[in-house]
Amino acid sequence: MKLRMLGSGLVSVVALAVGMGVAHAKSDLTIALQLEPPHLDPTSAAAGAIDSVLYSNVFEGLTRFGPDGSVNPGLAESWTVSDDGKTYTFKLHSGVKFHDGTDMTAEDVKFTLDRARAEDSQNAQKALFSGIESVEAVDPLTVKVTLSAPDGSFPFNMAWGDAVIVAPETIGDIKTKPVGTGAFRFSDWTQGDKIELEKNADYWGTPAKLDKATFKFISDPTAAFAAVMAEDVDAFAGFPAPENLPQFEADPRFQVLVGSTEGETILSINNKLPPLDDIKVREAIAHAIDRQAIIDGAMFGYGTPIGTHFAPHHPDYVDLTANSAHDPELAKKLLAEAGYPDGFTTTLKLPPPSYARRGGEIIAAQLRAVGIETEITNLEWAQWLEQVFKGKDFGLTIVSHTEPMDIGIYARPDYYFQYQNPEFNKVIEDLTLANDPEERSALLKQAQEMISKDYVNGYLFQLAFPTVANAKIKGLWKNQPTQATDLTAVHWEE
Amino acid sequence: MLRYFLKRLLSLGLSLVAASIVIFLALEVVPGDPAAYMLGLNAQEDTLAALRQELGLTGSILQRYLSWTGGLLTGDFGVSYTYRTPVAEMIGDRLWVSLPLALYALTLSTLIAFPAGIWAASRRGSYVDASVMGVTQLGVAIPNFWFAMLMVLVFAINLRWFSAGGFPGWDAGFFVAMKALTLPAIALALPQASILTRVMRSSLLDTLGEDFIRTARAKGLNRRQALWRHALRNALIPVLTIMGLQFSFLLAGAIIIENVFFLPGLGRLVFQSISARDIIVVESIVMLLVFAVIMVNFAVDMAYALVDPRLRRRR
Repeated sequence: MKLRMLGSGLVSVVALAVGMGVAHAKSDLTIALQLEPPHLDPTSAAAGAIDSVLYSNVFEGLTRFGPDGSVNPGLAESWTVSDDGKTYTFKLHSGVKFHDGTDMTAEDVKFTLDRARAEDSQNAQKALFSGIESVEAVDPLTVKVTLSAPDGSFPFNMAWGDAVIVAPETIGDIKTKPVGTGAFRFSDWTQGDKIELEKNADYWGTPAKLDKATFKFISDPTAAFAAVMAEDVDAFAGFPAPENLPQFEADPRFQVLVGSTEGETILSINNKLPPLDDIKVREAIAHAIDRQAIIDGAMFGYGTPIGTHFAPHHPDYVDLTANSAHDPELAKKLLAEAGYPDGFTTTLKLPPPSYARRGGEIIAAQLRAVGIETEITNLEWAQWLEQVFKGKDFGLTIVSHTEPMDIGIYARPDYYFQYQNPEFNKVIEDLTLANDPEERSALLKQAQEMISKDYVNGYLFQLAFPTVANAKIKGLWKNQPTQATDLTAVHWEE
Repeated sequence: MLRYFLKRLLSLGLSLVAASIVIFLALEVVPGDPAAYMLGLNAQEDTLAALRQELGLTGSILQRYLSWTGGLLTGDFGVSYTYRTPVAEMIGDRLWVSLPLALYALTLSTLIAFPAGIWAASRRGSYVDASVMGVTQLGVAIPNFWFAMLMVLVFAINLRWFSAGGFPGWDAGFFVAMKALTLPAIALALPQASILTRVMRSSLLDTLGEDFIRTARAKGLNRRQALWRHALRNALIPVLTIMGLQFSFLLAGAIIIENVFFLPGLGRLVFQSISARDIIVVESIVMLLVFAVIMVNFAVDMAYALVDPRLRRRR
């Protein structure tokens, strides 16, 4: 940092002087994120910010997500499934040590899984573990997990940040002093400001290329812009001001990576509230929406249109945007058929993110064009959770569902948009029981089509994930298959 | 003097009790469940219940009020719902940023306002007076976050003299830390200095019109001598009042500036805690700020008494 304060002339002299020798690559990195983790235990909060800092860097699970969203071996080098699909036997890597020097064994895996599914568990994704009947440490490197029913997505579930392996000795302090098995160890946290990680010299796998990584937290979009421009930070993952991206793209000092996320941004509809309980009304809403106008207006062009609740980068994705193509005339016709030739009035409750606030204004205008009036209310997150998510007191709302592969929420009887379709539930049930990849793929496609044709929600776009970084940094993840900032392969290139 | 002091002390205590009740009740009625906020969209009911139990969100309102205020009296501010660290510790850490920032800004604003105000008052109606009044008019009108962004643009992005924000901590060295606080302090001080200059000027002019100044002039002092020897001290009362108010404002109201410069201060903590429904943190910080405001007012009252002997005798 301080070097930059010298005149550029002096810098070139220094550069000339060392030019003949081997250039010494920078080995530390300061990366900024918008949100600070509330604490550092990924297994007892839903805050994506915890995973953003710790997933894969400090903590590892039995399996892990790759940059493309695939499920790869993690602490388990391999696993087998019994013929009835109920018993998973994981073979653990040998020589894995926690950062405190103790060995990671099958007992730690048993402790982790039993803790997550316990009655008083505070795991935000407890459902991932609810199918586990028993966990057995066969020998120090073998774990046998018995499920109450076959579950084809079990290895996927174990790749979540909420399923990382923790040790009983260090669990007491995990919220402030996390001890994992990853390529980086936790070193320091200045609350409100930054978290520092350092390279784990005893890592069992491919060692990290950086010696030190600092996560800084900058929530204000204007401040984020200033910090990157002034080169106070080397990279910003999830850059919050898309309107500034063209400026960075034009500047040779920076590179801009625009990746995809698991965040389906949808206009959620209260399927039980009249007149929204009428499928024709919901279909009319779907046709009234011009997705591209919302992406351009609210997201400055960043985002991929979707027609169902599924990530477009997934191999099983079906493009169903045609089911709800922008057609205001058809929307008006459908409204008339449903008995609302003059439209109706409903509520539109918006949480704080800009995709919702800015997108909400645009959607309100588009709905007004076909006769639907919306009363817009801006809510904070806590209020939104209380009123909309828990209280189901809403007509329409806009929210991004960021959990990976979460189409199963449509089978939940009490979920906030209150969709109920026994046929759909059956598809999800079959999916859970299926282990055969082709069968699973067919079922996933069927599920996508059902919710698209039932017009459960207005499907808007897949949230983009922009990262702005110094042009010399290599190895950053572009996509966000889970909310991670995996730095294990990041390095500086001269 | 002692009676005056004791009376003030009693009203101070009553204000604190009243404030604690108002703060507690106000935050109790705000909707939003901290446990739901923490566990997100996929949480199951039993998980939420387990967390609520652990956070102590299950007792009656009276029970919770008593345990909160009881804790405050013994210096135990409770444990943050989201961060899970003791609130007193968190506030302590943040005060090491916010308090120096507030003092820095107050010092800057005083250093600007006193000379400028006296200068303008001593040359009332002149070209100097008009320009000072014009500049301060502008200073009052410009929002400080806008001015802050302008400074970031010029001094951090273009000139690279300062970083765009952040705080290296006092461990990094006094001057490094002070440097990081300089742009935010200037941004905060500018509007304050403008207000203070105007108050200083008009208060001095009012005092110069009073009888005792006429007497002093009649005894042979010229206008400037009268100003320095007699008027200044008496003109300080309204200035002190404003300074007291400004200090409380600077401590509590730096939220926007702390966000623009991403400083880990108290204002930013309040902001985060409100949105996360970390009510115990919000309650404690608001209580602390109320305490600070009341104490500053108390100190200002005491200062009045020192400056103006009539006050101690009258009460």
